[in-house]
Amino acid sequence: MKQIIHIASRELSTFFDSLTAYVLIVIFLGFSGFFTWVYGADVFFVGQANLNTFFMVAYWSLFIFIPALTMRSIAGELKAGTLELLLTKPVSDWQLILGKFVSILLLIVITLAPTIIYYFTLWAIGPVDHSAILLGYVGLLLMSMVYISIGLLTSCIASNPIIASLSALSIGIFFHIIFDVLASNFVGFLGNFFSYMSLSTHFESISRGVVDTKDLIYFLSIVFFCLFTSKMILSNRNL
Amino acid sequence: MDIVVEHLTKRYGPQKAVDNVSFRVKAGEVLGFLGPNGAGKTTTMKAISCFIKPEEGDILVGGYSIHEHPEIIKKNIGYLAENNPLYQEMNIIDFLEFIAKIHGIPKYLIPERILDMIRTCGLEGEKHKLIGELSKGYQQRVGLAQALIHDPEILILDEPTTGLDPNQIVEIRKLIKRIGKEKTVILSSHILAEVEATCDRILIINNGRIVVDGTAAELRKQAKGNEILKLGVQGACIKDIFDCLLEIETIDSIDILDEDKHLFEIQSLPDTFSAKAIFDTCVQNNFYITELTPTETKLEDIFRELTLH
Repeated sequence: MKQIIHIASRELSTFFDSLTAYVLIVIFLGFSGFFTWVYGADVFFVGQANLNTFFMVAYWSLFIFIPALTMRSIAGELKAGTLELLLTKPVSDWQLILGKFVSILLLIVITLAPTIIYYFTLWAIGPVDHSAILLGYVGLLLMSMVYISIGLLTSCIASNPIIASLSALSIGIFFHIIFDVLASNFVGFLGNFFSYMSLSTHFESISRGVVDTKDLIYFLSIVFFCLFTSKMILSNRNL
Repeated sequence: MDIVVEHLTKRYGPQKAVDNVSFRVKAGEVLGFLGPNGAGKTTTMKAISCFIKPEEGDILVGGYSIHEHPEIIKKNIGYLAENNPLYQEMNIIDFLEFIAKIHGIPKYLIPERILDMIRTCGLEGEKHKLIGELSKGYQQRVGLAQALIHDPEILILDEPTTGLDPNQIVEIRKLIKRIGKEKTVILSSHILAEVEATCDRILIINNGRIVVDGTAAELRKQAKGNEILKLGVQGACIKDIFDCLLEIETIDSIDILDEDKHLFEIQSLPDTFSAKAIFDTCVQNNFYITELTPTETKLEDIFRELTLH
């Protein structure tokens, strides 16, 4: 556990040292703030005290940002040779993978944290569905976990960060939208299957304010599958 | 801690990088690992430090197998990898602190250990710099510092002196010798003088197999064949000298090294010595000797002889 924290905190400080974190936070807050409060279907236009617009912007921008954060996590270490440095220290493959996972998740939490202000602002101007907003955040975090784990997996497979990032995006797009589109084109078993596989189905159901164990199992099983496969790939390396 | 390597085999595709290698290193011994490029030195060292898993064979470090207890082994090993990978974007102190934490050094001891390492490895002037800003020699020192910070029982150094200037090389050798008094050290190199200067025992590896295992003195003894002398004689033309030398019974062959300076290389028959006979011949013929040196078989020659086939 301690090793995971040490690795995660080192990783996190690297994000801040290299300005990646600041750029991410500024762009994310800029985008989400603009579309939530200023332009388009913003809060005032919708006329309801909810943050659905914000969740939709976050849903898309995190999907695009996360592969850029995960792409270097394993592939970069492998390229720089620092994987050898880490894994000859008392660090197991699991601890390394989880350390990387936690560091990026923490960065996402830090990025999302300032948007709590949106919630309080909304609370001040109208009756808010508290559980829907709370669960919206939970949904964003679960979704981030899925994309982080997919990103880690591709970063384990590809030795080139760019390839890792692009393949994470292309795997992600299936969960993000393609399964949803397919679901609407099929009926019966296939329709249900694609609808279940689509991340947006589960995200929407959670951000409506309903927690279903089915949704939780969906998110966590993808995360577990990706992390487990990453670990297996890392363990079977032939360097 | 002892290291016992048993029938280690590691393949990369169809190629065997290490082929059924077995050896032992006793606690407190400094072992030099020699071999041409691609001989399997690095692979063996990576296997001992639990970075790669060999297909066959086992390595026991202090009685623990690399297959079952890698965590315990890793705790007791300080490893400096060949190309010295470091986090370039971190500064030296942060980096060493991170490594110390990973090793589970108690928090109150960490500043002391870091300072100690900075002093030992001569990094005082650079300690606030980013690792990426350091010259190669200083990076190598940081690599050594991270390998030594948890005071390991075993030190594995893969070509520790590459990129260092001659003064630094001498310093690092001294450091290794000092550490080697208490700890087990395995170091690899293809510089023979380095291994001879620092190691108790030499292991020469070629094409994944061990070809020699012994001390430098033993190696020399083993390879020493016939007596070879370098001889310079003046006082007559080179042809006359050559003819006179040929008459000496104990001489096997004569090579002319330099016609102007009259230099010869003389090889004696097995178990015979020709120096006295040469001297007598020169006296009889009124020649005078300008040079007479026994040529010692160099470790380099032994190395070449053993690894070229």
